[in-house]
Amino acid sequence: MTEPVTQSEGRLAVFLVDDHAMFRAGVRAELGRHVEVVGEASTVAEAISRIGTIQPDVVLLDVHMPDGGGRAVLESIRRTHPQVKFLALSVSDAAEDVIGLIRAGARGYVTKTISPDELAAAVRRVADGDAVFSPRLAGFVLDAFASRPDVPVADPELDQLTNREREVLRLLARGYAYKEIAKELYISIKTVETHVSNVLRKLQMSNRYELSRWAADRRLV
Amino acid sequence: MTTTVAPPQPRRLYRPRDHRIVAGVASGLARHLGVPVLAVRISLVVLLGFNALGLLLYAAYWAVLPQEARNDEKPAGRDFAALIPFAAIGLGVVILQTLVFGDQVATTVGWMIAVVAVGAGVIWHQSDPSRREQWTDPNAPSGLMAAIVGEGDRRSFMFRFVGGGVLVAIGVIGVVAIYSPADSLSSVLNGIIFALVGLLGVGVVVAPLVWRTFGQLRAEREGRIREQERAEVAAMIHDQVLHTLALIQRNSADIKEVQRLARGQERSLRNWLYKPTASPTERFAAALEQAAAEVEDTYAISVETVVVGDTQCDERVAALVAAAREALVNAARHAGVQTVSLYAEVEPDELSVFVRDRGAGFDLSGVAETRHGVRGSIIGRMQRHNGRAEIRSAPDSGTEVRLTLPMARESVTAGKESAR
Repeated sequence: MTEPVTQSEGRLAVFLVDDHAMFRAGVRAELGRHVEVVGEASTVAEAISRIGTIQPDVVLLDVHMPDGGGRAVLESIRRTHPQVKFLALSVSDAAEDVIGLIRAGARGYVTKTISPDELAAAVRRVADGDAVFSPRLAGFVLDAFASRPDVPVADPELDQLTNREREVLRLLARGYAYKEIAKELYISIKTVETHVSNVLRKLQMSNRYELSRWAADRRLV
Repeated sequence: MTTTVAPPQPRRLYRPRDHRIVAGVASGLARHLGVPVLAVRISLVVLLGFNALGLLLYAAYWAVLPQEARNDEKPAGRDFAALIPFAAIGLGVVILQTLVFGDQVATTVGWMIAVVAVGAGVIWHQSDPSRREQWTDPNAPSGLMAAIVGEGDRRSFMFRFVGGGVLVAIGVIGVVAIYSPADSLSSVLNGIIFALVGLLGVGVVVAPLVWRTFGQLRAEREGRIREQERAEVAAMIHDQVLHTLALIQRNSADIKEVQRLARGQERSLRNWLYKPTASPTERFAAALEQAAAEVEDTYAISVETVVVGDTQCDERVAALVAAAREALVNAARHAGVQTVSLYAEVEPDELSVFVRDRGAGFDLSGVAETRHGVRGSIIGRMQRHNGRAEIRSAPDSGTEVRLTLPMARESVTAGKESAR
């Protein structure tokens, strides 16, 4: 694993994208104790131009904005600056928003009801290259694979979740923290994080038969 | 909703907007057939020698072919099936002509080809509903053509079919009338021709009117649907959101109450926006979510509910839900936390529910015999229905209640299929 490029002294450079100034102010005040908030943007266009020049470690990204949405920012920035990591921070926990952002390349997804400490921890984890999965997100993924038909799909390309990954997801969905999962399964926290990262990586490959079927079933696409 | 990714454009017969001399027929044909433009033009000129067939064909295609689509228009698939009857009719007439007037076949065939080309072209090219917008394009042929080929449903298919058929019939009758040696037959046929021409005239007059009326009806219906949806949103906001906000203003000093109200409102809005409604008496997931909602409302905590899969509710499943509800209530009352996790999974052979909190925890052996909550409502109830309940708890590390209920294989469905 390559060591992520972070600013000195472990102070992460975080950029906020949200169309509500009040919310940005709140996040800035709460997060300011843990990380360095290096910029803000309230629109998609502003976010794209400013993130490109500032190049923060982590972007906290709102999903729904008036002139497009977090996904547009993500897709544009990832093309030009693949090292910038994205953590989606949204009021919505609807399946299409969550899966859509993850597929576009966000390394995590948390809802706005998260506590400030948890948010800071999530930002740090994302910056370190790990994934942040909420129980609900884990549930969506499990749901996608649970509804799979019994007939095996004869596609060698199809990398499904391994049993271990599914086990980790299950515990995540049950509300376990990473270290509790590690204890439960007798593995290290690092291993748990690896499993979760693998799940995310698999989710981003957009031609998964199950996921597209699942999305179509729910009229998400 | 429109798709943003344009499908690959199929090769269609158009009159292109560029490379044209008169109307672009020759270059359109050339592009479609993949031959040099010059060859097409020379062929047309040569065909002029056969009863002016070249001119006839040119005019026919000019009338029938639309101009090339603009970028924002969707290309459409071709309807080969519509060609078959016309090919058959044309062939049949040609054979008939050969049998009756053997010496005049060459010119007759020329006329026939021209007429059949018109009808076939109409049906072939315009048999797709997504091309409807084209007819509102000021550059496109209007009136007659729109009436014949405009709308894409079955009704308009009749329009097209009749229109194309009339043209072919005129061609056939015209040929017969011109070459028929018998005077009486000729006069009869002349009558038919005039009748058909009259019919065509009526069609030209009436069809745009009918077409416009259909359009207006459709627009009206869409407007009404939009209006209804807006009214529904307004009613929902009035009945729920505004009342909750008023209550929150009144109880702003009571944090617990405000949280309870906000939480309840959030849940109902979420359900309304994102979730298809299912009856809690029929579906496992809906029943669990309802139980969680009740506990949230009663005890002012939040229950993070994740349900994977779904199944039908029966007596045993209802017992599982009731046990889960009891576990939630216990967590809400005794754990002293704000958040409880509820996770349920539907697997082919069993249902499992996990209720977890990170609160105080307790020692199971220390629970008095007289307390019925855990023993009766959770463990006992699960055992009565062939299930299992396991409670893992330790002081300070929270509690997890694990409920499992084995199921017969066929009674569990994968949620989505049966939810429809």
